[in-house]
Amino acid sequence: NHVVTKKTFPWFGMDIGGTLVKLVYFEPKDITAEEEQEEVENLKSIRRYLTSNTAYGKTGVRDVHLELKNLTMCGRTGNLHFIRFPTQAMHRFIQMGSDKNFSSLHTTLCATGGGAYKFENDFRTMADLELLKLDELDCLIHGLLYVDSVRFNGHPECFYFENPSDTQNSVKTPCSLADPFPMLLVNIGSGVSILAVYSKDYYKRVTGTSLGGGTFLGLCCLLTGCETFEEALDMASRGDSSNVDKLVRDIYGGDYERFSLQGSAVASSFGHMMSKQKRDSVSKEDLARAMLVTITNNIGSIARMCAVNEKIERVVFVGNFLRINTVSTKLLAYAMDFWSKGQLKALFLEHEGYFGAVGAFLELLKSSEEP
Amino acid sequence: DSKCRSSHSMDKSITLPPNEIFRNLENAKRFAIDIGGSLTKLAYYSTVQHKVAKVRSFDHTAKDTEDDPLYEISMQEEILARLHFIKFENAYIETCLDFIKDHLVNTDTKVIKATGGGAHKFKDLIEKKLKLRVDKEDEMTCLIKGCNFVLRNIPHEAFVYVKHADSEFRFQNTHPDIFPYLLINIGSGVSIIKVESEDTFERVGGSSIGGGTFWGLGALLTKTKRFDELLQLASKGQHTSVDMLVKDIYGGSYVSLGLTGDLIASSFGKSATADKEFSKEDMAKSLLHMISNDIGQLACLYARLHNLTRVYFGGFFIRGHPVTMHTITYSINFFTKGEVQALFLRHEGYLGTIGAFLKGAEEDNPNQYSWGENYAGSSGLMSTSPDLNPMQRARSGTFDMLEMDRLERQLVNLPLLQDPSSYIPDTVDLSEDALAREYWLYCFEEALDGVVKRAVASQPDLPEAAERAEKFRHKYLHKLQTLRHQPFAYGSLTVRSLLDTREHCLNEFNFPDPYSKIKQRENDMALKYFQKAVKSLEELSWEQRQFALVRGLLAGNVFDWGAKAVSDVLESDPEFGFEQAKRQLEERPWLIDNYDQWLERLNGPPHKCALFFVDNSGIDIILGVFPFVRELLCRGTEVVLASNSSPALNDVTNNELQILTERIAAMDPVIQSAVKEDRLTLVQSGSSSPCLDLSRLDKVLAGVVRERHTDLVIIEGMGRAIHTNYYALLSCESLKMAVIKNSWLADRLGGKLFSVVFKYEVPLDKKPTTLDHVPVTPS
Repeated sequence: NHVVTKKTFPWFGMDIGGTLVKLVYFEPKDITAEEEQEEVENLKSIRRYLTSNTAYGKTGVRDVHLELKNLTMCGRTGNLHFIRFPTQAMHRFIQMGSDKNFSSLHTTLCATGGGAYKFENDFRTMADLELLKLDELDCLIHGLLYVDSVRFNGHPECFYFENPSDTQNSVKTPCSLADPFPMLLVNIGSGVSILAVYSKDYYKRVTGTSLGGGTFLGLCCLLTGCETFEEALDMASRGDSSNVDKLVRDIYGGDYERFSLQGSAVASSFGHMMSKQKRDSVSKEDLARAMLVTITNNIGSIARMCAVNEKIERVVFVGNFLRINTVSTKLLAYAMDFWSKGQLKALFLEHEGYFGAVGAFLELLKSSEEP
Repeated sequence: DSKCRSSHSMDKSITLPPNEIFRNLENAKRFAIDIGGSLTKLAYYSTVQHKVAKVRSFDHTAKDTEDDPLYEISMQEEILARLHFIKFENAYIETCLDFIKDHLVNTDTKVIKATGGGAHKFKDLIEKKLKLRVDKEDEMTCLIKGCNFVLRNIPHEAFVYVKHADSEFRFQNTHPDIFPYLLINIGSGVSIIKVESEDTFERVGGSSIGGGTFWGLGALLTKTKRFDELLQLASKGQHTSVDMLVKDIYGGSYVSLGLTGDLIASSFGKSATADKEFSKEDMAKSLLHMISNDIGQLACLYARLHNLTRVYFGGFFIRGHPVTMHTITYSINFFTKGEVQALFLRHEGYLGTIGAFLKGAEEDNPNQYSWGENYAGSSGLMSTSPDLNPMQRARSGTFDMLEMDRLERQLVNLPLLQDPSSYIPDTVDLSEDALAREYWLYCFEEALDGVVKRAVASQPDLPEAAERAEKFRHKYLHKLQTLRHQPFAYGSLTVRSLLDTREHCLNEFNFPDPYSKIKQRENDMALKYFQKAVKSLEELSWEQRQFALVRGLLAGNVFDWGAKAVSDVLESDPEFGFEQAKRQLEERPWLIDNYDQWLERLNGPPHKCALFFVDNSGIDIILGVFPFVRELLCRGTEVVLASNSSPALNDVTNNELQILTERIAAMDPVIQSAVKEDRLTLVQSGSSSPCLDLSRLDKVLAGVVRERHTDLVIIEGMGRAIHTNYYALLSCESLKMAVIKNSWLADRLGGKLFSVVFKYEVPLDKKPTTLDHVPVTPS
């Protein structure tokens, strides 16, 4: 009882951000022998290349653990793959598209993110490919709602932290995002966008901040000489930010009771670094940790203020800054809970940074559903 | 830390004479100190022995000879309360404490109030040196107390910073109600405080990303140790090489969201690479933007949450640094789309110490008085800025001072101002008008010789007067030079502020009333003609008389030693007469001529009560104002004469006016009965300026105005009706009258020398409608 799709394979969705390109690829698992026969060599080789590898070139990675299995879309069943590579490698990617004569497949390339605009002309001139450019915030919301609705291979996509006030012992707990509106959606990529989402198609961008994942990585590279996000996070996981940050107790000897500020609260991020002596003795790990904590707390603080101003209690954090970054997720959960005295709840999603790409991918299918 | 301090020991000595910095220490009491990371701010209260000119009436009943003056002038000593605030680098703290200890004699003070992060570090030193017990006060409480104090007492305390404008500092009118406001204090971290009243404030939020983050991260990134140097680096850098902009991601702007291409999408977003080096300047700039934007964003979120539009910024991150004021302003404009303005304070660095001082002085109730900034003893904004005064810095002259005098009266708004919050006394802001500024600075410099001469002449019995007068000249000249380069030093530069600064400097060197003798002579002379003048007016028809009264008032106003053109004539030809003055007047139609409307109004019912701000002594008050007032009284209008509380130029003081009124009452039964029946009242304006600030008037005056249902305000003379209040809107009828005795100003206003301004205004809602002319019969 298959609805015959006019949409030819391959099915891609792409989100070209400031730092990372996120690519989702639908691998059909229900290819008939007949189809297989008809399938052009080009298409076959793309499918094999993407599904049989987990790393592409020096910097491309397939997040195997995020793969969504046995999805049925537009009458086809298959797996959704999640691939990322640095935006810096974009030209190599376009070149590859040209080398593999991608344009002969007559597929539509649905792309979102700033790069859809920035690289549009390069796609056209280098690879003879036309992009279908899509708004990144539309894609983000649609992708997020879709992934949440299909669930993560039988498990909930969404989770929160039980007992957030104790970051050492808070427990990651799956939950459902049923009845998700209104929600404050905080997308932490290179920079940060904060959206108030009232329904699938009704949302507004409340504000944004330039202190985001790019800032964490950029400053870490300058301060510690590290080169990758993984390296920076690894260092951060071993560091102690109280060697770098000036705490309330460093200034007041304990709590600042007049304003009920705990002694352990950070009074001045990197405040100890005003002293030469402390600068000379600080470790790279401590610096990386302080950077992570500073950026995370700041995002938490702005998100919380927006939630209060917009009167929204549910705050959903997404974006690749949160990838393999339990320090930040736990800290955000703590910050939302603590500063709002339990009023606000921080929610997270397993596919962190891929929703824009999924949203772009959904647009591709939508355009094919039209009669 | 000890290492750090000894490195400064080379220039620990103060090259400026310390007795010009720590003034009046002999009578100092109630010390307070605020020690920050790099600056110390000291406060104390002193009493200043101060000469004032008093006039006292002779007894004229016993012997009334023609040649005796009407009154005698005497110099009396008065005690003036003054607050001293001094700011200097922590490196000098020991030297300063030694100096204070050596000069502190008459104090019964046991305690010094202390605040600021450095207070505990220097506690022992202070206690040892000064033998005073250090009593710590909460930093935030002090900050707020200080902030309330400056906002309440210093006009033009707050300003908006506009980097590329002709005048970077746009001073704000102080709203009569200073509350509520948001104070964003950017020290090493950020505190956001909502202030609702004198004693109600709350720390509503904060951020750990503040000045310490800029300094700490900046030092790590650039290996530059000093905060000021980091800011200098930043001011030379390009953030676009380090930051990822919207156009770096989009190739252009993000149109649908209205985000322009130059907007920073990710601070330091381009530095996540190993194969590129970044310049110190660029990194410092990027860091500055990152932190300023972040603070600005939080400030806006809090302002919106608490529905506040007045947001003041302070703390060492701001402290007079144009770079940070600019980036914060930019950020606030961006995030609020112009709805909220970033406000900065001229005396921001003093807030903590002022607050600590006030805490210690609570039993003196300093908040029940009005205080005034003493321009003679205050350094002015940016006096120690390394950018503006590299010389001063090299001399380690990094001392900045603020002195506040306790005013004898509490000052309030004139209740008849149409909108107190938008009232601006001054007609021309010289800080924004370079041509006018040049002219007036030149004018005041030119007039200085004459002022010095008159100052000396006013004290013939005091041989050292000449020497003092020279000191006055030096001081005022220095002020004028400062103002030429920093017109923003004391708020907006205006003719009024130039005049007031001169009065402050004269008082500083004990010349309380250089014109006392001239005023005395003129008063005596004019009185002789009073009866004759009144008689000749009474012979005129009603309509002729009304015009003659106005002309007389205007002609009287030509006699003004304050205006250069007139003082030249008077000095060379003392016989310059009243009649001659009338001939000098412009013929109608005048430059501004609402006389017909005024005459029409006089045909109507009398005013209930007129408030008359008078100007000069002598012919002006006696032959110009009194006949005019007399006519008003005869019409059935009560009159309140408001004159200066203390001397300024040749303006008649309240003290003098009392004697004059008594004397005129003795000659004129109309005035006599009006005084007796309290229909003619004298009040002090609370001012000692040749100009008039209707937002700072004696509280008693305001009470009288209200009680008597004043429905006409008359303002006379250039200083009060042209330089100030020319555009002032009142909620009742007003009459502004002046002769323009300055050809440059006349030219500016489109007239010529001795052009007449006769401005009669009726507020829109008080304009008679046609119905008013229809006789109404009681129903």
